[in-house]
Amino acid sequence: MSVGTPRGLASSGQKPIAEILHPLSAAEEPLSVTVNLGGDKEAGLTNGTPVETSSPASTSSLFNRLQLDDDLEADVRDPYAETTETRDLFVTVSDPKKHVSTMETYITYRVSTKTTRVEFDLPEYCVWRRYQDFDWLRTKLEDSQPTHLIPPLPEKFVMKGVVDRFSEEFVETRMKALDKFLKRIADHPVLSFNPHLNAFLTAKDLNKRQGLALLTKVGESVKYVAGGYKLRARPAEFCAMGEYLDTFNQKLGTIDRIAQRILKEQSEYLTELREYGTVYSSWVGLEDELRRPLEGVAGCVTTCCGALEDLGENMSQDFLPVLREYVLYVESMKNVLRKRDQSQAEYEARLEAAILRKQEDRSPMPVEVEKCQDKVECFNADLKADWERWQSNKRQDFKQLLTGMADKNINHYEKCQAAWESLITLLQDKQTEDKTSETN
Amino acid sequence: MTQMSCRDLFSEAMVEEGSTLVRRMEICVAEAEKRSGKNAVNMQETFTVYLIETRAKRTKQNSPDSLWRRYSEFELLRNYLLVTYPYIVVPPLPEKRAEFVWHKLSADNMDPDFVERRRIGLENFLLRVASHPVLSNDKILHHFLTEEHGWKEVVYETGFQAKADSRIRALSATFRVRNPDKRFMEMKHYSDQLQSHTSQLLRARARVADRLYGVYKVHGNYGRVFSEWSAIEKEMGDGLQSAGHHMDAYAASIDDILEEEEHYADQLKEYLFYAEALRAVCRKHELTQFELEMASQDLISKKQQHEELATGIVRTFSFKGMTNKLFGQEAPEQREARIKLLEELIAEGEDTVKEKTVECEEHVERAWVDMQRFKEQKDKDLREALINYAVMQISMCKKGIQMWSNAKECFLKM
Repeated sequence: MSVGTPRGLASSGQKPIAEILHPLSAAEEPLSVTVNLGGDKEAGLTNGTPVETSSPASTSSLFNRLQLDDDLEADVRDPYAETTETRDLFVTVSDPKKHVSTMETYITYRVSTKTTRVEFDLPEYCVWRRYQDFDWLRTKLEDSQPTHLIPPLPEKFVMKGVVDRFSEEFVETRMKALDKFLKRIADHPVLSFNPHLNAFLTAKDLNKRQGLALLTKVGESVKYVAGGYKLRARPAEFCAMGEYLDTFNQKLGTIDRIAQRILKEQSEYLTELREYGTVYSSWVGLEDELRRPLEGVAGCVTTCCGALEDLGENMSQDFLPVLREYVLYVESMKNVLRKRDQSQAEYEARLEAAILRKQEDRSPMPVEVEKCQDKVECFNADLKADWERWQSNKRQDFKQLLTGMADKNINHYEKCQAAWESLITLLQDKQTEDKTSETN
Repeated sequence: MTQMSCRDLFSEAMVEEGSTLVRRMEICVAEAEKRSGKNAVNMQETFTVYLIETRAKRTKQNSPDSLWRRYSEFELLRNYLLVTYPYIVVPPLPEKRAEFVWHKLSADNMDPDFVERRRIGLENFLLRVASHPVLSNDKILHHFLTEEHGWKEVVYETGFQAKADSRIRALSATFRVRNPDKRFMEMKHYSDQLQSHTSQLLRARARVADRLYGVYKVHGNYGRVFSEWSAIEKEMGDGLQSAGHHMDAYAASIDDILEEEEHYADQLKEYLFYAEALRAVCRKHELTQFELEMASQDLISKKQQHEELATGIVRTFSFKGMTNKLFGQEAPEQREARIKLLEELIAEGEDTVKEKTVECEEHVERAWVDMQRFKEQKDKDLREALINYAVMQISMCKKGIQMWSNAKECFLKM
């Protein structure tokens, strides 16, 4: 741990935060094999918080290699300047498989990794993980990187009676969310170097030792959350973040409700539309000249029903889950904000106490106070950088989401239009056919 | 001068066989107006009157003749036609009360949209009647189009009211016909089916319209939430805001779409009511056939009675036969008298049978012609209606694509 006078913004390496470029502000560079790590020894954990000591056995060797590389590596890279980001870690979740045993039934997913990073022994990995494992990873990341925004997982618990946990749609939706989760972590300049992630991606058997350390961590956080704390002054930007998140959360909730309402209305419309089509079909038998037009209309209505079904499926499988994911994301972000506040409160409390003692017996500023200050500043820096990153990702995600929604709707209308147009062509051809046969 | 020219047209019609009124005259129901006045029980009421305009095509008169008529007068005209031409499938009037409404559609007779659709329906009725080869020559029709006052009296003077009552009774009566014309029975069955299918379709369509309305309107909520959300965003704000406007426009677009669809519903309704008219013609056949059969049977039994009295041989059971057996035969003078009476009755009966036969055959002949004409018209009209419905659907799809494309453009700018 660093000692001495509190220095500014250790978490940003050599650059002050104001000079950090926006993650997406410059073009990406082609893939290269450079190993990039943070500025100093505590890289991978550049916020200064010690990593959990009881790490899984399989990653300890990697740990050592990390440190070795640190010493050799002269290339000091700012982990937040993704302008020169070279994507060298690709992760995909796919291929859900059902496992049935006497004790339980569950789904596993294939997690494929392709990488050129030195932290990984091999360039490619393929492991099988279940939801529990993802949950373990997330907990580990939250604990080891409390100053960062950890992406959310899809909901853990589902009501057994209400949702079929093994239905194709549910599994598909969950898999997409898990894939997104890993991709977000893999793209994060700090989180992607976390050894737990490495273990998750590479270990044949994930030895998930929850361990004592976790319990103590839990204990600590409970203490802080339960007790009230007073902040001198929360910096304005973090206030703004909190307010933004509250409003954003509200809007997300509203959009979710609207989308669900639309689904419901569309489903009821579909029911009536189907019945409507059958009325035309049943009329066909009564007529001779009108047979074709009636059949034609019945056919078009059926096509429209199919298109509507597809639209509904899309909305519930692609649209709603992303919304819900963001709600979870906001939840976890608010937690991080709270932790930041706690960290600042702790610093302020210690500072006050130290100042008092200093006045009394002229002892120098204790190390703990400086450590706290460091902690707070690192936290703030990490959070700010992650916030910007999150905002930009959010913008992309919602742009994609809403554009996708518009596309699906356009698609739906195009299908219907095509059906009706071909009917008209068919009927008009018949008309000219009749006319020519009449004149002949 | 102008009144005379229309009358001339009518007298021409008498001469020009096969030429329908509508060829020589433009007819339209141009306007609707609210009036109020005292009704039959001296209560103040509001009602709507419709302006009928007519103009002779040939003389190219500048301003049309016009008069105002209430819906009830149209009803009177139609009832007269129904009674006077029982072998014609008489075109129907637009509905008396709004039916098959979905919840946003007004069921109020004074609602302007309803009045407008009724105006169109009344015009359609007049055009159909005026282009009918038989109906267009009717004098009462001509009076209806030209004499504002005193027309009702003229109609009542025809004495059709009495026939109207008996017609209604006959239509609802049940009687068994021994030898109905098979084609008419089939046609009656068809009319029942047609009624059933069109009313089913109208009901289903109304429910679909209701649901579709709900779907579109809920999208309007996106407009509001996008607007609220845009307030907390920086780069995303503009795109969201404008997308929200397009969502509002999308939600609003359903009103026009469904209003247009009402015209399709009106076309279906016309044939729903037409089916009733078709059925009435078939029933009239049943009635005339029944009366013929009754008359024939009556004649046969009278002839039998005559034969029995004349020959003394009792072929069938009769009370007279029984009483004769029990109490002895009657006196010869009485017998003579009865034979004479029977002979008169038989002569009358034979005339009746001849009359009824003619009536029946004429009805069959003329009705068959008109039913064929009706079938052709129905096939053409409904086919067109279905094509128009498809066109409406295409238009709705195009609008939807437009709106969502606009929204998409805004999303891309986020």
